[in-house]
Amino acid sequence: MEPVYTVLKDNALITAFLAIGLTMWLSYFLSRKLTAGRIHGSAIAIALGLAAAWWGGKVTGGSKGIADLEILSGIGLMGGGMLRDFAIVATAFGVNATEMRKAGMAGAIALVCGVLVSFVMGAVVAVAFGVRDAVSITTIGAGAVTYIVGPITGAAIGASSEMIALSVAAGLVKSILVMVGTPLVARRIGLDNPRSAMVYGGLMGTTSGVAAGLAATDPKLVPYGAMTATFYTGLGCLLAPSVLFFAVRALAGTN
Amino acid sequence: MLIYGVALLSVCMVVGLTVGEYLGRWLGVDANVGGVGIAMLLLVASCSSSRMSSLVNGPAGEGIRFWSAMYIPIVVAMAARQNIFAAIQSGALAIAAGTAAVVVCFALVPVICRLGGAPRDASGKR
Repeated sequence: MEPVYTVLKDNALITAFLAIGLTMWLSYFLSRKLTAGRIHGSAIAIALGLAAAWWGGKVTGGSKGIADLEILSGIGLMGGGMLRDFAIVATAFGVNATEMRKAGMAGAIALVCGVLVSFVMGAVVAVAFGVRDAVSITTIGAGAVTYIVGPITGAAIGASSEMIALSVAAGLVKSILVMVGTPLVARRIGLDNPRSAMVYGGLMGTTSGVAAGLAATDPKLVPYGAMTATFYTGLGCLLAPSVLFFAVRALAGTN
Repeated sequence: MLIYGVALLSVCMVVGLTVGEYLGRWLGVDANVGGVGIAMLLLVASCSSSRMSSLVNGPAGEGIRFWSAMYIPIVVAMAARQNIFAAIQSGALAIAAGTAAVVVCFALVPVICRLGGAPRDASGKR
């Protein structure tokens, strides 16, 4: 076994691809078998990732989750800032200006409202839980936007790793709730046409949540919701570490 | 060539992050302000520009599509390297924040559908 360990350790990034690949496979398998696709495989995979990070932190006492295990150190690079931002930028691919205009006013209003409302709700909850410094409040608020905006904002404004992890968890809770909740509330919120799907995508924003939620409601609506949702994380990344952070800092009065 | 698409993606990211860096300094914060968002806008602009079509269609486009598809796995890796053990004590905060955002946003869907106005999407762009 020792040579295997050496190979895995010396090729850490490749080992990370293997480990994440297996995690994804297991997650999609569990999604199909245990939840009949109701909870999206990606949400299960992220939950497993957070669970692994928790376990890694407990075992190693380090601050980089499972990446503190020598054999899985490649996950630190794969999930690090560089590749993460690269992949996020790539998700904007295929959204062209014509489609942007077709999303129309309702989609644009929904996008702005979705980011603002989610941020404010997250920030208000953070304050209610006794968080007082502007950087942490902003990071939690950004996490309530999406689990991407949270860590990006946190990294940009210098939040602690604990707050960044919390913001990812808040975004994950949101993503799972959107996936599970959408088919349950679809009729009540009028989610049965492309227009409302675009509004819904703009308000919710979590791409995997929206894609899975709409797929469980009416697969024909998926592209409409996903189209607006594609802009959500970008808009959040633009607003949260800048305008929204300044607003929180002005209100919180510290930092 | 596949690498052309990846290179275009890289240009967008480098330019976006550079602008974000300058924006941060200009605003007086020690932060990259919106660099990733600006990079995404640059990629969207490149995708809809006819001059760039050879860089976003065919094999070159596959290079971008690959990284787009790697988004979820990379997010999973990102989750796996977070300091969740230290954060778990305040788990209720994360659940409350996420839940509050979802509940309010669900309730807003019919409201904004009405706000957006009648079917004047074509004229709504101006």
